[in-house]
Amino acid sequence: MNPIEIISAILISVGIFFLFAGTVGLIRLPDLYCRMHSTGKADTLGITISLTGIALYNLNDGVTLVSVLVSLKIMTIAVFWFIANPTATHAIARSAYESGIKPWTKEGTVEVDLDEQRAKEQK
Amino acid sequence: MRFLVVFIILFIHWIIWSGQFDAFHLSLGVISCGLVAFISSNIMFQRSDFKELPKEALRFFTYLFWLYWQTILSNIHILKIVFSHDMYDRINPKVVKFKTFLQKDSSLVTFANSITLTPGTVTIYIKDGRYYVHAIDESVAQGLPGDMEKKSGFIFGEEHKNG
Repeated sequence: MNPIEIISAILISVGIFFLFAGTVGLIRLPDLYCRMHSTGKADTLGITISLTGIALYNLNDGVTLVSVLVSLKIMTIAVFWFIANPTATHAIARSAYESGIKPWTKEGTVEVDLDEQRAKEQK
Repeated sequence: MRFLVVFIILFIHWIIWSGQFDAFHLSLGVISCGLVAFISSNIMFQRSDFKELPKEALRFFTYLFWLYWQTILSNIHILKIVFSHDMYDRINPKVVKFKTFLQKDSSLVTFANSITLTPGTVTIYIKDGRYYVHAIDESVAQGLPGDMEKKSGFIFGEEHKNG
């Protein structure tokens, strides 16, 4: 085990841990919108950290032009994921909201208008 | 001008993804990138003024690093909720609506994605300059819209009109 292998193993494990936490949230949280919180965030971080670890491990056999290009491709996937995953989360939540799925709430108040609320507080 | 910018962006991607540097593959790249840029350059950018583009791209990439830090914080936040045994005491979800001063599509999208990646909030709907945000508890709901709105506006050169 050289240092690069150890660091990439740690990064991949941490990423998998975040993916696991996202899945636990997907099962435990009460409704669709809350579940979007856990998958939208945990998957973004988990995938990007894992991919960073994989890109680093790819440089293990020696830094050549080909291996640097492959690592660069992996990091491009990570950046794409970082932009695309919140967008996909938004798409799912938006279509749920449009088809009239009510969010799970503790009290009766479902929707809060911050502008009206702040205008009242100022008076 | 628009054609040239799209062509350069596509060609950089061609070089990264193909990994071949001989004349045959590069000329194939020039032909296909030129064709795609000719057909669809107006889809990628709607504007025709590119003086601000390098500045915006630089601001956007520095912003991405800040956003990544926010993503780590929000993951710690959701981890605490998910792995707690009193989860239902910690969450109090509600939909929060607020108005925004942002106008451009690119800054609206950046702000919406930033909201999704910061702790405890997910954007669910944008209509007529109003954001519908799902907040997982009371404290994050009151923290909206935060300073991210100004940051997203700043990247694309938009300023708050009321100071």
